[in-house]
Amino acid sequence: MAARVGIPCSLLYFLYYPTWKTFFNELGAQVIPSGNTTREMLDLGVKEALADACVPIKLYFGHVQVLIGRVDYLFIPRVVCLNRETTYCPKFLGLPDMIRHSFKKIPPLIDVRIDVREGWNALSKAYRQAGLVLGAARGAIALAYRKAMAVERRFFSLLQEGWQPLEAMQILNTAILPRKQKGRLVFAVLGYPYLVHDQYISVGLLGRLKKMGVEVITMENLPPRALYRQNDHLEKRLFWTLGDLVLRAAHYFLRHTRIDGMIHLTAFGCGPDSLVGKFLEMAAHEQQTVPFMSLSIDEHSGEAGIATRLEAFVDMVCRKKEVCL
Amino acid sequence: MPRVTFPHVAESYRSFKMLMEDLGNEVILPPRPSKHTLDLGVRYAPEFACFPVKILLGTYLETCPKGVELIVTSGGVGPCRAGHYAQLHKKILHSLGYPVDIVVFEPPRLYPLDFLHNIQRLNPRRMSYRAIYECVRRAWRKLQALDNVEKLTHKVRPKETIRGATTRTYRRVLEWIDRAYSLVEIEEAERSALEELQKVPQDPNRDVLRVGIVGEVYVLLEPASNLEIEETLGNLGVEVERSLFLTGWTRDNTWAETTEGLTVKEAAMPYLPELLGGHGRDSIGNTVLYAKRGFDGVIQLAPFTCIPEIVARTILPRVSEEHNIPVLTFFLDEQTGKAGMTTRLEAFVDLMRRKKAARRPA
Repeated sequence: MAARVGIPCSLLYFLYYPTWKTFFNELGAQVIPSGNTTREMLDLGVKEALADACVPIKLYFGHVQVLIGRVDYLFIPRVVCLNRETTYCPKFLGLPDMIRHSFKKIPPLIDVRIDVREGWNALSKAYRQAGLVLGAARGAIALAYRKAMAVERRFFSLLQEGWQPLEAMQILNTAILPRKQKGRLVFAVLGYPYLVHDQYISVGLLGRLKKMGVEVITMENLPPRALYRQNDHLEKRLFWTLGDLVLRAAHYFLRHTRIDGMIHLTAFGCGPDSLVGKFLEMAAHEQQTVPFMSLSIDEHSGEAGIATRLEAFVDMVCRKKEVCL
Repeated sequence: MPRVTFPHVAESYRSFKMLMEDLGNEVILPPRPSKHTLDLGVRYAPEFACFPVKILLGTYLETCPKGVELIVTSGGVGPCRAGHYAQLHKKILHSLGYPVDIVVFEPPRLYPLDFLHNIQRLNPRRMSYRAIYECVRRAWRKLQALDNVEKLTHKVRPKETIRGATTRTYRRVLEWIDRAYSLVEIEEAERSALEELQKVPQDPNRDVLRVGIVGEVYVLLEPASNLEIEETLGNLGVEVERSLFLTGWTRDNTWAETTEGLTVKEAAMPYLPELLGGHGRDSIGNTVLYAKRGFDGVIQLAPFTCIPEIVARTILPRVSEEHNIPVLTFFLDEQTGKAGMTTRLEAFVDLMRRKKAARRPA
């Protein structure tokens, strides 16, 4: 019987799931995702994780809990650095340890460390280690890795065509391109992919905006090279890959694109965002051309509260543009 | 003469003041963080920034109206956000209309040129590197003396027979060290300070509990931020050993890593093999070491929303279970009250006493 590898559908899932899935499938393993976030998962996570942790981490605990007992392995990579410059948030760095030492009964973890600063082939090495845990042959692993990278490239090019991660995953699966809608307004939604694209925890933010006739672009839709070159007007480069990207994306949107509004989605108690949020606010204040709103969410966020604030913001932008419909 | 200030970290200001003045700067002393400091910091810092950033910002906002031109502080290479605080503070201070500049000392191992450049900025007298080295050496010795005296108070306080005698003596002898200037004087002051502290009336037969303190560097070092937890514990009859002192921290971040640092790293390996920035890994490693040395308990101090300490806190229950040592965590912020903390400490001390009594053969 094929080994069952569980992948929690949170955190880096939204950027790398297609890659990971392809890799394990190619090695003959069965990939079991934990599925879309539900109230139940969040409750489990809140119960299991430390009260002071941020919502995404609590949620991740919930996703892991759902998978326990249903899989032979859990894939929880320790993603340290993927761009040679910045690392991920300390919680990503300690993720496998937090999971391992918090649950009593847990299937073996595939917790390979991914840090491309170690050498040019660090990434393939990490994947090789993951493959060896499953008992695959080296040749098969090399092939699977190449295939996975091809899928990753295809996935990221879909993102740059303007699709959001969940849509892009669907396109990869079904090979059908859905129709794109033109909106009357264009908003940039900034925030970490595991907040923005998780429909439950963001209280359906993207869907709500779409219903109000707002087209959304996120930082995943921007070409990485442009982001990399974007000046973020800081004296010191931010340490965290995702925080750095959010800030650069904000500057890019403010300078090079015509957007009607900008929303920063942040989680209550997020460490990096305490800085990123402040810098974003200052940048938006300096420009003063684009309306800016910061939305903070946590496990208690209610639909009504978010809906009201979004409506008010959209109304305000409409009035400002005098295109009220 | 440029007017300079720096963050308030316990008694270390006595050493920094001497160093800055020797180099030819006018020092505006940072006041001990108070309620007012915090209020200022909380008002202008980002809401979820950690406790130290708010205290530091508050301190700067108290000193800046006195005409500070230059703030000297330390940096960091991440991924703990403290490494960005100097830049954030500068932006906030500028937006409030204070024309200050910040000199940030990053680890000289990684940025040797920046380090030398920073030193030159603090050296308006244009002294030679050799003369600067002499100044730094004296300041360093003073810092060591301050740390050594503080360490002794942790041992003496739980055994004192007159309540508060240690603290009173400590305040007095600090002035001696403060006044000492040359190397000889500093050593002399240190020696007599240690002797004077030993003279505090003590009860040698008292049963004293030993507790290790781990956690984030600023809230460990600054008593005003941890509500004088060490004094409170001492009064409850607990001998405290702190895992971090300013001298040790500076050494680990400037020259090579010390062997102590490496042992801590090794002890943390089975639980957390990754450097998280801040002191997350050290918290775990030190807890293991304290357990092995037969301590009665460990207290973790961390600022609210501190990411590395949250990771450590998630793992600590397992360490506590496997090494059979009670661990108590305080997440500190501007809302933390002293009465609540004391109650929890009393309960914790009670628990350790009962545990110790159960272990002892009847």
